[in-house]
Amino acid sequence: MEAFATALPALADAWALILQPIVLGYLVLGVVMGLAVGVFPGLGGIAGLSLLLPFMFGMDPILGLALMIGMVAVVPTSDTFASVLMGIPGSSASQATVLDGFPMAKKGQAARALSAAFASSLFGGLVGASFLTVFILVARPIVLAFGLPEMLMITVLGLSMVAVLAGRIPLKGLAAAGLGIMIGTIGEADAGGSLRMASYDIPYLTDGLKLVIVGLGVFAIPEIVSLLRQDRSIAKGASLGAGWLDGVKDWAANIWLSVRCSIIGVVVGVIPGLGGSVVDWIAYGHAVQTTKDKSNFGKGEVRGVIGPESSNNAKEGGGLVPTLLFGIPGSGSMAIFIGAVALLGSGDIEVGPGMLKNNLDITYSIVWLLALANVVGTVLCIAASGGIAKLTTIRFTYLAPFLFMLISFAAFQSGQNFEDLLALFTIGLIGIFLRRFDWSRPAFLIGFVLSNPVEKFTNQAFQIASFRFRKSFEEGMDYVFSPIVIVLIIITVVSVVLGIRQAKTIMAEGEVQSGSKRAPVVFLLVIAGYLTFALINASMIPDYNMTDKIIPLIIGGFALACCMILLVQMMRRPEGDSIFADKEVSGEDADAPYGLWSTLAWFGGLIAATWVVGFILALVGFLIAFFRVRAGSSWGMSLLLTACGIAFMCLMAGALNRDFPPGLLQGAVDLPWPLK
Amino acid sequence: MTMSNFTRRAVVGLIAAAGFAAPAAAEVDFTGKTIEWVIPFSETGGSAKWANFFAPLLSEALPGTPTVVVKFMPGAGSTKGANWFQNETHDDGTLLFGSSGSTQFPYLLGDPRVRYEYNDWNPVMASGTGGVAYLNAEDGAKFDGSANALKDVDFIYGSQGATRLDLVPLLAWQMLGMNVEPVFGIKGRGDGRLMFERGEATIDYQTSSGYLKGSAEMVAAGNAVPMMTWGSLDADGNIVRDPTFPDIATFKEVCEATDGCETSGEAWDAWKAFFVAGFPVQKLAFLPAGTPQDVIDTYTKAFEDVVARADFAEISSKRVGKYSVFTGDGAKAALGTATQVPAEAKAYVIGWLKDAYGVELK
Repeated sequence: MEAFATALPALADAWALILQPIVLGYLVLGVVMGLAVGVFPGLGGIAGLSLLLPFMFGMDPILGLALMIGMVAVVPTSDTFASVLMGIPGSSASQATVLDGFPMAKKGQAARALSAAFASSLFGGLVGASFLTVFILVARPIVLAFGLPEMLMITVLGLSMVAVLAGRIPLKGLAAAGLGIMIGTIGEADAGGSLRMASYDIPYLTDGLKLVIVGLGVFAIPEIVSLLRQDRSIAKGASLGAGWLDGVKDWAANIWLSVRCSIIGVVVGVIPGLGGSVVDWIAYGHAVQTTKDKSNFGKGEVRGVIGPESSNNAKEGGGLVPTLLFGIPGSGSMAIFIGAVALLGSGDIEVGPGMLKNNLDITYSIVWLLALANVVGTVLCIAASGGIAKLTTIRFTYLAPFLFMLISFAAFQSGQNFEDLLALFTIGLIGIFLRRFDWSRPAFLIGFVLSNPVEKFTNQAFQIASFRFRKSFEEGMDYVFSPIVIVLIIITVVSVVLGIRQAKTIMAEGEVQSGSKRAPVVFLLVIAGYLTFALINASMIPDYNMTDKIIPLIIGGFALACCMILLVQMMRRPEGDSIFADKEVSGEDADAPYGLWSTLAWFGGLIAATWVVGFILALVGFLIAFFRVRAGSSWGMSLLLTACGIAFMCLMAGALNRDFPPGLLQGAVDLPWPLK
Repeated sequence: MTMSNFTRRAVVGLIAAAGFAAPAAAEVDFTGKTIEWVIPFSETGGSAKWANFFAPLLSEALPGTPTVVVKFMPGAGSTKGANWFQNETHDDGTLLFGSSGSTQFPYLLGDPRVRYEYNDWNPVMASGTGGVAYLNAEDGAKFDGSANALKDVDFIYGSQGATRLDLVPLLAWQMLGMNVEPVFGIKGRGDGRLMFERGEATIDYQTSSGYLKGSAEMVAAGNAVPMMTWGSLDADGNIVRDPTFPDIATFKEVCEATDGCETSGEAWDAWKAFFVAGFPVQKLAFLPAGTPQDVIDTYTKAFEDVVARADFAEISSKRVGKYSVFTGDGAKAALGTATQVPAEAKAYVIGWLKDAYGVELK
């Protein structure tokens, strides 16, 4: 109670600090900058904060905080534009939003989806802040109660959402998730440093693939290519149905879902080490399980938007707990935030255990600045959503080249290697085929995202558990089966059982017709081939590095077993069975006027040209050629659009101080920025 | 040249140079230019913090007050960025590179990915830190200034990897005859501290600033017991008590008090060599190969001015921890101590990594 007695005056001080016109002005400035930066998928808060850093030195702490928090807070809000309108997951926070948000946009309900998402974000942010105001005082022991077995179980709970999203043929979903985990293990192992499916001769692979690239490759590229082939607008018939008010009404009708998902968001966000990568999937799974009529999920169910969006802004608030109380950043942008706070004022604010004792007013200011930034950002976004939703009525052929430009740039920023573009192309190809043959792409992505946590927590928890068991059996059991673990196990089991029962009705890819055996079997064999190769590769790691090989061996073996059963089933079942789902048989893709390879060749051409002359020069050629040849525009129009695209690219990259992929030309001749 | 001789000479040079180097003001002017300070790590690490702290100060101190931006080029534990910098040549003095212990250790251990050569580069500033190891309360009660009573205790330690800076504590504990089992794969020392706070790890170490920020509080609350610091180097290259923690004994003292631990010989020389490379000279700022002397002098002067600021001690200790900063020839001498390890020490550590952890660098 003593803590609460000091908390109230501190809360009052915090509001007195926040409610100064100049502080609010800085907050709005931060929000606007954050929204502008948020246009770029995959950059988000980190790029924006790095941009602000030089100004933080000696700045009045509350003003600096307002500016930075304004910027960080709106990233999970603004990246919703990309995920709903274009099917591009801007960050790990908006992956699940794509599943139903983008189909809604395709149905002409973009404004409705956006405003439902924004209303949920806003609400989630406020619930998060209110919860934190009380929770932060008692959070320390609770956070410390989450040890490695508990974190492992939360990761497993996230992974269990695969059961919900596995699609019509559960085995395919499991194999896709297994493949995702295996792709996630590529590179140098965290524990022992062994190389998996990589070699020091290809340094790019030793670092593993980045989430941005896999997210863009699996979700964005297949959608862009498919829409481009059909040569239509995103919204079918180029008409916008429901308006933004409907979205807000949708949210109000599902307010309890929003409350529950917000709390899921805060609670999972509080746990350091998980980084919120599981939150939106858990929220999505929850939304599915609590909906009576599940037939619309994956085809544009508004509850599938409200759930994850409520949780991802609440998560930002939860993520403040480990950041402020322990000085341990919950995410990349929080890490920069900690560094920036030290630069503020006279450097007196020290993020860490002393924060509650010495700076409770500042702590509360941070919590409520975050909430306020959410409000400002959301209002701006809702106001803009009606207008921006009109993008979905434009003929897609005019949008696609700009999207290729954006995702290439975003992919390059993740590692600043030319190989980033190759990886994007390769993963994109995998994504295209997963989509075509109705293998669950969400399952693949969940596997990839959780690959590292699963492996890390399994190994570490196992090591510490065996250490405890050596001391005594009871101590080991106490460690492994803590009350939290038991509760999580029950939740996981229930969610898997429910998930399996429901999975068949949830078709993330919509209805897919089945066709002949040949193509699906070839794809299955390719996957099985890769898994076999990866298994052999993992088995060659020496035994003293057991930590580096055990997970690839088990998961790889499991996924391969799924593939083998599928193969047997494919041999026995007749053509036309749902196991042979193939989008090229009939439907939108099959009827598209353009072929897959000729469409993909455009993107391939951009990458190849980048390799030779660097990104900007390649982009000039690509845009002009695309508009002229593919879109059939006049020379004037082509040049105008190209100039706009290049100008936008240079403006943003210049402001954020980013480079472009260089090519052979740049290796031979020194060119000025942006050509260098 | 023996280890101790070498270290002494290098450190004497380092201290002396830090005191006397005073190059004439050069005529290099950076008006309107942008200086890129490339850090081979991500935006979120300690080196980013270090560079972000110095960048605005450097901007003020350089002639023409250019904009100094920090750029990040992460990959392969900094090897990628360092390999890239190796191929850069002097252009107009607007490129600066920052390295850290994680760049130095692979270089020292002969990691096959290393394609860079420290001696080609021009160091203009170097800074260092210290480290403190501590135990949980239960085992800490058995600690009496020697590790004798700790030899039959099994410890768990959250580690980032045996080839990183963690090499220094792991080797130290091993020399004391302690059984420390590292749990590999954590992402930073903050995660290690959290593991210790949860009671999963029973021994931990932090750099000076990390200790002051997080661990000192646990010690005050009686939940942790400080064991030893790595110490700091005096002008003769001897290990003495860390001035930040004068009340905590050094590893050298604990080793002397512990049966079977020697402060001479192969193991000790190897430990000391890697300690020097990893802590007193942890971070360095470089200009690329072929930079003319007047540009080097300009940067040296600028960093000297930064360090000479009346408020430097205060702002630096709050923002990046208490570092000792070397400039000019001092930085050059620091580079020497940090990157030249006797072949025997290197061989010893490589053999130990293989025996104890199965780590092979090839």
